[in-house]
Amino acid sequence: MIYQGKEKIWSDYQKEIPDDHWFYARSCIRQNFFPASEKYFLTICRDLLGKDICDNEHHTTCGGISYHSDTIPQATAMAIVARQFSLMTEAGYKNLVVSCITSFGNYTEILETWREFPEVEARVREDLWKACRREFEKPEYVAHASDLMYHFRDEIAARAKYKLVNRQTGEPLKVVEHIGCHYAKMFPHKGVGGAEYPCVLSGMVDSWGGKVIDYPERRHCCGFGFRQYLVKANRGYSIANTYKKFESMAPYHPDMIITNCPGCPYFLDRWQYVIAEMEGKTYGENGFGIPALTYEEMAGLVLGYDPWDLGLQLHQVAIEPLLDKMGVPYDPSKKYLGLNEKDLMKPELPKNLRCF
Amino acid sequence: MDFGFGIAPSSSINLDKVDLSLYRKVKEVEPDIERCMACGSCSATCPAAKFSGMSVRKVILGLQRGQQKEVRKMLSNCMLCGKCNMVCPRGINTRHLILSVCRYFDMKEEQK
Amino acid sequence: MKENIVIIGGGAAGLEAAYQLLTLGYTPIIIEKSGHLGGHLYDWNRLFPDMTPAKQVAKAMMERVKDANIFLNTEIISIDKKDDAYAIVLNNGISISCTAVLVTTGFQLFDAHKKEEYGYGIYDHVITNKDLEGWFNGNKDRRVDDKDGLKAVGFVHCVGSRDIKAGNSQCSKVCCITAIKQAIEMKEKYPDAEVYCFYMDLRMFGKKYEDFYINGQKDHGIHFIRGRVSEVSENIDGKVIVKAEDTLNGKPIKVTLDLLVLMAGIVCNSDTAKLASALKLPTDTDGFLKSKDNVLNIIESPKEGIFYAGACTGPKTVPETVAEARAAALAIHNHINSHKSWTSDSE
Repeated sequence: MIYQGKEKIWSDYQKEIPDDHWFYARSCIRQNFFPASEKYFLTICRDLLGKDICDNEHHTTCGGISYHSDTIPQATAMAIVARQFSLMTEAGYKNLVVSCITSFGNYTEILETWREFPEVEARVREDLWKACRREFEKPEYVAHASDLMYHFRDEIAARAKYKLVNRQTGEPLKVVEHIGCHYAKMFPHKGVGGAEYPCVLSGMVDSWGGKVIDYPERRHCCGFGFRQYLVKANRGYSIANTYKKFESMAPYHPDMIITNCPGCPYFLDRWQYVIAEMEGKTYGENGFGIPALTYEEMAGLVLGYDPWDLGLQLHQVAIEPLLDKMGVPYDPSKKYLGLNEKDLMKPELPKNLRCF
Repeated sequence: MDFGFGIAPSSSINLDKVDLSLYRKVKEVEPDIERCMACGSCSATCPAAKFSGMSVRKVILGLQRGQQKEVRKMLSNCMLCGKCNMVCPRGINTRHLILSVCRYFDMKEEQK
Repeated sequence: MKENIVIIGGGAAGLEAAYQLLTLGYTPIIIEKSGHLGGHLYDWNRLFPDMTPAKQVAKAMMERVKDANIFLNTEIISIDKKDDAYAIVLNNGISISCTAVLVTTGFQLFDAHKKEEYGYGIYDHVITNKDLEGWFNGNKDRRVDDKDGLKAVGFVHCVGSRDIKAGNSQCSKVCCITAIKQAIEMKEKYPDAEVYCFYMDLRMFGKKYEDFYINGQKDHGIHFIRGRVSEVSENIDGKVIVKAEDTLNGKPIKVTLDLLVLMAGIVCNSDTAKLASALKLPTDTDGFLKSKDNVLNIIESPKEGIFYAGACTGPKTVPETVAEARAAALAIHNHINSHKSWTSDSE
């Protein structure tokens, strides 16, 4: 692998990311899957870096999940997106930062559609006005939240308490980065580093001391694929894709996986349990799995937040081996205590995948 | 644990792992097999093709990709009329090819 | 004869045209931007269909043009029409007034970096057709790791050709035969290697090309897989993994290789664009220079006194280029004669 070759491509795909004043569009599913990720995005940006991020309680799903699952037409998704823009306009913001990859893809696709077909935009404006008497301005900049985290990676590195380094050996941790399909595959120039060799996550890993693994199925889908999973008859295809990725990354013995999509960390995490049940195979050391984290969770660990506050107990794959490698302290007895020490109850442990 | 679904098998052919033993054996007795350019004349003219999926083109490709089971199934429908032999522009003795492959399968059968 | 004829480009077309013009009694001026004559022949090793050494062809062509005026390392600063002649200023300070200009600026290979999914410049063992010719010529290339011989080699046809997204809808014409030539050459060097050609169509249009293809199949056992490579990656051993569809089988296919060769296509030389805008020469829909007529008059431009030969009007083989160069020399000769009779009549 020739690193300079990638750098050359990265220089062709840099996007402008303003430093401050963003309107935050949350994800509809991430708050259930990885509940602390969005909270810590705000904590890091606002409290630590002092940025102005507007978190508006009136916004809804962007419609992307239904659009990609074939349950609503694009016109509906456009009306929903138009309403989000109107909230942003009302709040006085011009920069939109999107938590979810499919949302980011949805916003980008809709803006590009309007650019090419202004009559569609005019129709959506009319629909929105008729439906709820709202008007909107289009955002000047659209970034995915991982773009912003990439943008601030060196500032985060400067405040890092822990590095992506194995405490015992001093070696950088081997990190698999997985980019959500809807990030840049539709519009390569909208992603940091393009679509073939994105650097949005690998840039963070490099900056925080880890070593990125480029394995043969790196570009492959995580396996979610919307209908591949949502329709039960298709789930065999969903897990087959995930299985393919794990088989491909296994020879590199990765210490962790990081992702920038709601579905990817979920499926790369949960399917490890199912693969272990079906095939008796696990991919981490000593019968554990490979922890799959969101970029906010990774940033949170690097910055020294408590792993249980970061919601890492909600992962299927045990996170403790990673914490031990990084030297992050944790209290095992508090793993399943929620807010105000409420007992979340310890889940039943799987047969083949080692967990705590 | 029964999840109600399994890991779907891959339909991808991995050329690193294909079993070319039969293809190599056939090549020895019918070297012209390598000249096939997949024009499909053989299949187009085959009286068995319409009803059974028999195709000399696919038989040759199947041998090249190690798909012995599929090859065997196709060949069981051949009536050895020889029309494919007549139309092949690359002069492959398809009849000889078919008989050679069948003979190999018979030999394997006897060994069992 | 005192008429100045300027030939822009000292590759196969320029050299052959210069030789023919010398034979007709002119002293043409060759302007070559690089430090040597012979163009792409200089970078190539052997030529299809008879495996003629490219150096030998280039040498023979160069020896015949010794009496021409040759400017190496020279570029055109400006070119303008003045009455019936063209005034050319070179970067060495020399100005020329000429009656005819022959454009033989040729082609350049498609920049294989642009097909990002093939990983040229990123994966350790991905090279281009030109790189492989250089290696045949004895250039050291660490991407060709043959310490233990090569066990599997792949060729990707149509890299940047027949690719509207890459901006080139045209077939580059010579890559199919070049791929088979190079596949055979690799098989000759490494008889135990598995050699794969990934093609969309095999366009074996030229003399003896189809024989080459049959030889490749039968005598060398080259595997021809009909399917365009969709994605290349690298495994933990640094080997190249190629994915394609085996379209004749309707199944995805993948293979691990020691070396992958990208058949970079032919695109119009980027220097031609500068010349075309200076002289207001139209470009055809395929991005190459537009001839007066694509059937009867491929060697004339729509502008009086400006002629074309070789790959500046589209992908060509060496023999096609040579034939066009000869035709262009004759057309220039006829142009000068008709011009002379016209001026003597008016006197």
